[in-house]
Amino acid sequence: MLEYFASLNGAALLRACPGGIAQGLIWGIMALGVYMTFRMLDLADLTVDGSFATGGAACVMLIANGWNPELALLIAFLTGLVAGAVTGLLHTKLGIPAILAGILTQISLYSINLNIMGKANQAINVNATVLRITSNANLLWRTIVIVAVCCVALISVLYWYLGTEHGSALRATGSNGAMSRALGINTDTMKIVGLALGNGLVALSGGMLSQYQGFADVNMGRGAIVIGLAAVIIGEVLAEAIIGKRLNFWLRLLFVVIGSIVYYLVYVFVLWLKFPANDMKLLTAIVVAIFLAVPYLQKMRKSSFHHAGVRARAQQKGGDR
Amino acid sequence: MLRVESISKTFNPGTINEKKALCGVSLHLAPGDFVTVIGGNGAGKSTLLNAVAGTWPVDDGRILIDNVDVTGLPDFRRAKYIGRVFQDPMMGTAANMQLVENLALALRRGKTRTLRWGVTKAESEQYRERLAQLGLGLEDRLTVRVGLLSGGQRQAVTLLMASLMQPKLLLLDEHTAALDPKTAAKVLEISDQIVSENNLTTLMVTHNMKDAIRHGNRLIMLHEGRIVLDISGEEKKNMTVPQLLEMFHTVSGSDDANDKMLLS
Ligand SMILES: Nc1ncnc2c1ncn2[C@@H]1O[C@H](COP(=O)(O)OP(=O)(O)OP(=O)(O)O)[C@@H](O)[C@H]1O
Ligand SMILES: [Mg+2]
Repeated sequence: MLEYFASLNGAALLRACPGGIAQGLIWGIMALGVYMTFRMLDLADLTVDGSFATGGAACVMLIANGWNPELALLIAFLTGLVAGAVTGLLHTKLGIPAILAGILTQISLYSINLNIMGKANQAINVNATVLRITSNANLLWRTIVIVAVCCVALISVLYWYLGTEHGSALRATGSNGAMSRALGINTDTMKIVGLALGNGLVALSGGMLSQYQGFADVNMGRGAIVIGLAAVIIGEVLAEAIIGKRLNFWLRLLFVVIGSIVYYLVYVFVLWLKFPANDMKLLTAIVVAIFLAVPYLQKMRKSSFHHAGVRARAQQKGGDR
Repeated sequence: MLRVESISKTFNPGTINEKKALCGVSLHLAPGDFVTVIGGNGAGKSTLLNAVAGTWPVDDGRILIDNVDVTGLPDFRRAKYIGRVFQDPMMGTAANMQLVENLALALRRGKTRTLRWGVTKAESEQYRERLAQLGLGLEDRLTVRVGLLSGGQRQAVTLLMASLMQPKLLLLDEHTAALDPKTAAKVLEISDQIVSENNLTTLMVTHNMKDAIRHGNRLIMLHEGRIVLDISGEEKKNMTVPQLLEMFHTVSGSDDANDKMLLS
């Protein structure tokens, strides 16, 4: 035990933190995409595991072909738009349940991503390209600032869009489909738009991560949906605790990114504790399951059959006496 | 204003669950008509309203609203002509959006949703006034999440939403059935107020015969997908609940009228 504690190195933890923040910010953009579909449209969209890697693959291959890295990110965003729109079409025009539609696109993207890259992973020639987003230790803080500015800009754009007539119609679609149609909103179109935008953000994030880590991998998006959900949920819990009633929508979106940063800092910390990296996905899934279950369990605590039964038995005993 | 020409609808055709819900129903409403619709469970009342609203396509017949043939249009394309209030108070409003956002969505019913801001200052003022007219104290709660309002309040808000953008046709499907008697009476009163103020052409389904007689200028009874009674004017005004029940028995050929029909 003592040995274990002695083996932990405080300085190493500090050194790992900036990397955690940078990754958290990059994945925060992905979490904004998940927020879009999960919270705004009320759809659990599994496309993201595939579209995240598509963004990375497209980005890496374009850079390899001499494209400007920022332009490559824009194309990554567009690939996500298309992927999301495909899921939306499968769901709304072909009547496939949203979860299944997402899985179908995700699986197709696996093949597509392999085709884009030609093999399971591709590295960026870091010496031949100037990357603004990079894990290079000397430039790490600059990367953090750049990605943070991107996050704030994207949050502001999302805030604006979701406040417009069009964005309100999208939120209404997620909140009450029957009402939306009665008010003349084409809910099918809105779902397609929302899924496209969400996956666009996810693929953009995938592109950024590929630049950050210097390579793309077909499996880089595996479990992305769970990380996205974790960020969304951690963000909501923190926002509720820190800001409470004065929470406005802009801050809500900001806390999605903050949730992602916290997730990655915890990730770094747990790894530092020598938790096996292979088990991280298990741990994440457990944490997300717990948080998703909390509202339900809270309700059950207030009124459950078990408690009703206990009360009934107590009353019965009182009556017998 | 509304012309329904011999429409038919069969659910699950060709299966063991086949159900002829509407059998060649025709109905003409003049502008300003306020028609109450009664009939037993499964008579086809909701089906008739859904057909007009475009929830699904009809099998046969035509539907015209203000001389526009809407038979081939899905619900969201007909929405610009139609205001709707559903039986379930949860159905008519978006629970996790603010009251003011719900109203703003309704003000733009049937219009193209642009990238302009969703709620303007000027319209908020308008909403405050209209909400004050409901007399439910909602005018000071514009930013409240609608999910926090009571069923009656939500139903009143839905009524307001249906009439914000003047509809050519108002469809009310047992919109007070889920409310307690006092709230139901209040919501009915608000309905009357909104209908007469805007001179709306209205179809109102109800299970309460007294309400069916008291409200509106015309009454129709549906039975097994057909209109079996259509009265208006003096004849309707002088109608009594026992007379109406008597007629119901005659057409349905049974003595024990549906429980709900007896509620009056
Ligand atoms: N979407 C549907 N799919 C299958 N059958 C349906 C559907 N909607 C209605 N029906 C059937 O059509 C018939 C008419 O139903 P409808 O809802 O119009 O009755 P109603 O007059 O509104 O009755 P209630 O007073 O119970 O509301 C019923 O037998 C019903 O089961
Ligand atoms: Mg009905």
